[in-house]
Amino acid sequence: MSSDGQRHVEELVIEAGRSDAHYWRDLWRYRDLFMFLAWRDLLVRFKQTVFGVLWAVLRPLITMTIFVVIFSRVAGLPSGGVPYPILVLGGMLPWQFFASALSEASNSLVANANLITKVYFPRIILPASSLIVALVDFTITLCMMAMVMAWYGYLPPARIVLLPLFVALALVAALGPGLIATALNVKYRDFRFVIPFIIQFGLYVSPVGFKSSVIEDRLGPAARLVYSLNPMVGVIDGFRWCIGVEQDLHLQALVLSVATSLALLWLGVRFFRGTERDFADVI
Amino acid sequence: MAQPIISVERLGKRYRLRHQAVPYATLRESLAATARRWVAGHAPPQTTEDFWALKDVSFAVQQGEVTGVIGRNGAGKSTLLKILSRITEPTTGRIRLGGRVASLLEVGTGFHPELTGRENIFLNGAILGMTKAEIRKKFDEIVAFAEVDQFLDTPVKHYSSGMYVRLAFAVAAHLEPEILIVDEVLAVGDAEFQQKCIRKMKDVAGHGRTVLFVSHNMMAIRRLCTHGVLLSHGAVAACGDIASIVDTYLEGCQQDAGRASQSFAGGESRPHPAFSRFEIVNAAGEARSTVLTGEPFSVVLGVHNPFDTPVAATIGIEVLDGEGVSLFTTHNDDASRELSMLPPGPSMATCLFDPNPLMPGTYTFQLGMVDRQWTRQDVVVPEVALRVDQVPYVADHMSSRRPGRLFVKLNWSLSGPSVVRA
Repeated sequence: MSSDGQRHVEELVIEAGRSDAHYWRDLWRYRDLFMFLAWRDLLVRFKQTVFGVLWAVLRPLITMTIFVVIFSRVAGLPSGGVPYPILVLGGMLPWQFFASALSEASNSLVANANLITKVYFPRIILPASSLIVALVDFTITLCMMAMVMAWYGYLPPARIVLLPLFVALALVAALGPGLIATALNVKYRDFRFVIPFIIQFGLYVSPVGFKSSVIEDRLGPAARLVYSLNPMVGVIDGFRWCIGVEQDLHLQALVLSVATSLALLWLGVRFFRGTERDFADVI
Repeated sequence: MAQPIISVERLGKRYRLRHQAVPYATLRESLAATARRWVAGHAPPQTTEDFWALKDVSFAVQQGEVTGVIGRNGAGKSTLLKILSRITEPTTGRIRLGGRVASLLEVGTGFHPELTGRENIFLNGAILGMTKAEIRKKFDEIVAFAEVDQFLDTPVKHYSSGMYVRLAFAVAAHLEPEILIVDEVLAVGDAEFQQKCIRKMKDVAGHGRTVLFVSHNMMAIRRLCTHGVLLSHGAVAACGDIASIVDTYLEGCQQDAGRASQSFAGGESRPHPAFSRFEIVNAAGEARSTVLTGEPFSVVLGVHNPFDTPVAATIGIEVLDGEGVSLFTTHNDDASRELSMLPPGPSMATCLFDPNPLMPGTYTFQLGMVDRQWTRQDVVVPEVALRVDQVPYVADHMSSRRPGRLFVKLNWSLSGPSVVRA
């Protein structure tokens, strides 16, 4: 080095346990990669299947039809004056968003094993960018719901502008468990069989086919609070409140759901960071 | 002396080998083991062994040097590069890097077959650490270097293998890091393109950037590198001027001639088709590492397909002379237009070298397997060398005095008004 010998070069030190120091800064530096990976997933998805977009619409549509038939005709649950399909969609859209975000995130590492063994980047980018695909699917189904509302001549209240807040909450709720699941997936290859089961189970313990207030009516206010520990209760209730299906927002319950989501996210990031350094060696 | 741009101090990397025949731990097994522990009240004997892929490795590289890292398979080259590229962490020791690092451990990492050339340039660039703005700036140069401008909007799954490799290398060649780490990428692509790559890498080095280059191709190493680090069994065996390092390495290879077969550990446990064994067999069916000139021999490869279904795979054998110059490459589907399918589980591929075109000398092989998209599945360089000895009783026939590297038997005829017919 001659004249530029004194120039300021950023020095990087590689040592056991040292990666933490740069992690969050690197995360920012690799933000373009985050967008490109999300863009790739979307592009591939819509290129590979002719039914790419159609599928995103068909799936909730079919499930909705089944829900409407079973719950309104057979079970005869009350819907409180709101068209029943809208009540169901209000629960189902956020649920499906959560379910697809969780499963996309949990597959993200194994699906990108070739990247993990060949290049460095903060690995958390993979599960995070996989959420974008779920978000786009969700946007499509939202448009569908808007059409259903128009069909029934239903006008949602002004507070629908708060909807993105609950979408963000659903993302947080999915990312935490998603991080844990994807890291476990690297280590235990049979863990991926557990995820659909968790999602299936989650569907029944979340207020998708009924309102959360049913819990309070039948089991008392304490039960409702316990029930709200399920992060999706806050998301779905909030979502329904935004589109006007639910008139009041149970604030205590919402706070509990948000707290659980954040706690799960914190746990997820911790677990992910703890196992991350071994990914390239075991994947 | 200036501060080195790369300094590696007492670097070590330990892998834990579990003595179990399972490729991946499964949750079910872990749970079952835990349950057994509770019931039995003591831990079942689980044998783990520490394996040091690298131990106490120290060396330094000055700015602007092109350093070749050489060594046999399993000497720790890949592990070293993975640590330098921050893909995996070292167990002990430290590395100081005085600049931005870009590493190219594989050509076309993250290329997606469904995406077009244009899309893959952006994606691959981002994966290699470029920002969107940088890629935009370099885009035209990359396309020109790769010579794929007509096919920019064609999905790369329709590319020929040559185009694919060119595009992939072009993206990587336009990275502008202070330190470039390159692993064996020249093993792919045609000779002309390899030359182009070497020129480009020399150019990169000429601009004061530092290159760390791993290859089994001693020709490329000699042409490109100024310094060398020889790794052996995870430790630095020699370090210094490239010519002497290459000589030391080749001497070591010569001494090892004699073994005729080699098994590749872990070939059966990979998640993709892989080589498990390499063997040289003479015409009589005996495992031999020495044949006579003109004597046919076979290379027998053990291959393992981990999937439950047959997969398309092309298997290639590259023959290199003692200097590491590639003589020719043969593929198992050269003679047919059908896709070559690998049955599930273990199978054997045999390549009969008949006629045997090799002149007296020592030869090494490189094995490669690619899938339909020409994506590399496995590349292995067996440590087994083949020695071809001159047939003793034929005076001048096929002697080492005959110029040329190969012996090719062709059909000759002699014509003229007074040719005597026997």
